[in-house]
Amino acid sequence: MMEPPRTADVAALETTAREIRRDIIRMTYLAGSGHPGGSLSVTDLLTALLFREMRIDPERPTWPDRDRLVLSKGHAAPALYAALAHRGFLPRAELATLRRLGSRLQGHADRGKLPAIEASTGCLGQGIGMAVGMALDARLAGRSHMVYAVLGDGECQAGPTWEALMAGGHYRLDRLVVLLDRNGLETDGPTEAIMGIEPIADKFRAFRYRTVEIDGHDFPQILDALAEARSRTDGPTAIVARTVKGKGVSFMEGKSAWHGKPPSKSEAERALADLGSPEEVPAR
Amino acid sequence: MTALGPAASLRDAYGAALVELGERDPGLVVLDADLSGSTRTQLFGQRFPDRFFNVGVMEPTMMSIAAGLSLGGRTVFASTFAVFAAGQAYNFVRQSVCYNRANVKIVATHGGLLVGGDGGTHQMVEDIGLMRGLPGMTVVVPSDAATTRAATFALAERNGPAYVRLTRESLPTVTDGSFRIGRAAELRSGNDLTVVAVGALVARGLELADDLARLGISVRVLDAASVKPFDEAAILKAARETGAILVLEEHSVLTGVGALVAAVTAEGHPVPVRRIGVPDLFGESGDPWALLDRFGMSMQRIRDEAWDLLRLRGRVE
Ligand SMILES: Cc1ncc(C[n+]2csc(CCOP(=O)(O)OP(=O)(O)O)c2C)c(N)n1
Ligand SMILES: [Mg+2]
Repeated sequence: MMEPPRTADVAALETTAREIRRDIIRMTYLAGSGHPGGSLSVTDLLTALLFREMRIDPERPTWPDRDRLVLSKGHAAPALYAALAHRGFLPRAELATLRRLGSRLQGHADRGKLPAIEASTGCLGQGIGMAVGMALDARLAGRSHMVYAVLGDGECQAGPTWEALMAGGHYRLDRLVVLLDRNGLETDGPTEAIMGIEPIADKFRAFRYRTVEIDGHDFPQILDALAEARSRTDGPTAIVARTVKGKGVSFMEGKSAWHGKPPSKSEAERALADLGSPEEVPAR
Repeated sequence: MTALGPAASLRDAYGAALVELGERDPGLVVLDADLSGSTRTQLFGQRFPDRFFNVGVMEPTMMSIAAGLSLGGRTVFASTFAVFAAGQAYNFVRQSVCYNRANVKIVATHGGLLVGGDGGTHQMVEDIGLMRGLPGMTVVVPSDAATTRAATFALAERNGPAYVRLTRESLPTVTDGSFRIGRAAELRSGNDLTVVAVGALVARGLELADDLARLGISVRVLDAASVKPFDEAAILKAARETGAILVLEEHSVLTGVGALVAAVTAEGHPVPVRRIGVPDLFGESGDPWALLDRFGMSMQRIRDEAWDLLRLRGRVE
């Protein structure tokens, strides 16, 4: 049977995403700290962005017309580092240095240390504001590149998130796309038990975002939503991506305990087995 | 010389003290901003779910809510990491809490470089300066679990705003827990040099004193946990009696306890003062204790500065 070309493409993306997830496990294991849960939930969104939708070039990382990505939920830095490495922006071997003294791979991404990072983040609620500033800068400069901001759902409890969103809507920033990693969990448990953010899509709409809700682990849905966002000319887009925290690792899925805890040696090995094939990891 | 006591978690001591306070005072309320496992307010939340508000990721508004809860007469504790309590929420602490003279005790964990892996965004090295600059604020930087426990109780009894800075890492026990607001604790007596230290570096001050004692040099060690009100009398007495002061803090030297000691002595009894702490830099990811060395707080550096001061004073060749 003939496969539609799309399916082969999706399979390639899934393979890439699995490799990134394997790196997230290895990195947080080796570092002995970090945030695997929210890194695994955002992996497919980052893969779709960096490997398909975004106009970027590892040969010219500072090309002025490149699309910009700001990881507002900065604690998912391991996912971003791994995706950037697979995309050719840094050597994959460097991933093993995450969080070590002197490493370019800080616990939360540092633009001053790693030029592929568009904006330093870590304290929640600030990435989206910087993305708004970048979109305004592009408009002033007459450039038409896209600016993507990736938010966490716990981050949507923070006031500055809404201040920045309000500004993006007010200025009708049609190059701005907000992707919400709606994994349902924050550090201490479910967002809706701690401080409910629903109805979140309606909130984005009320702030003047054209808003779509998708499955954040379904590449065709992610790519469609991103393509549509690029075609807009009248204002910003919000993509509410329903995801699973810890996605791909059976014992991490849906568990807030894995928000900020690295796997042990045996847990890392079980996780890697879940993610395609068993592998022994070195002692830490 | 007494060896240091076993390491204990300051955060655990805080969580346990909160539960005891909750038993004693049925009106006491605790707030957190989605870090209750890390700050240990969870212990209070499990015991008194009706009096615990985990408001999510909204540190500035947590301070306003805390102030509002307190204005009718309650004692309120609010916790998150230092970078969010003193940094993110600064102007809310300033107006909602301090300007209102609200009875809110902000207990911030994860102060300083010892946060480790999370890196410079999360390593708050400016909080002591920010908080001690606020009119009416009491500021305490415990050096161990015993002082953390004592300070939590002492602050609950005192009406008004307070900021407590705790460390993520467990620290050796260096005090007998007899903390008093406004008083520096003299952990070693001595007349050749004074070390004024806070937090995690008190233990390094004691190590220095013990090393030098073997050479017949006596070092006074003051634990300045009560940063505000500050025990100016103890500092001036030390300046008069020992003639030189070495300050150790895991905080920016620009605005921390070293700057405070320099100001107090300059006005009251000028003597040579050396500040050891974080230079004018953001922190970075790394092993927590290795970071102290990397940023200029190694035992070697502490010894070198101490010798310099002793030479200046003519105490050694
Ligand atoms: C302003 C601020 N407050 C608190 C934190 C500590 N923190 C890091 S991640 C996190 C929870 C975030 O939840 P969410 O946005 O849902 O992230 P995800 O589930 O995608 O990992 C918290 C409270 C922070 N980084 N910034
Ligand atoms: Mg979440």
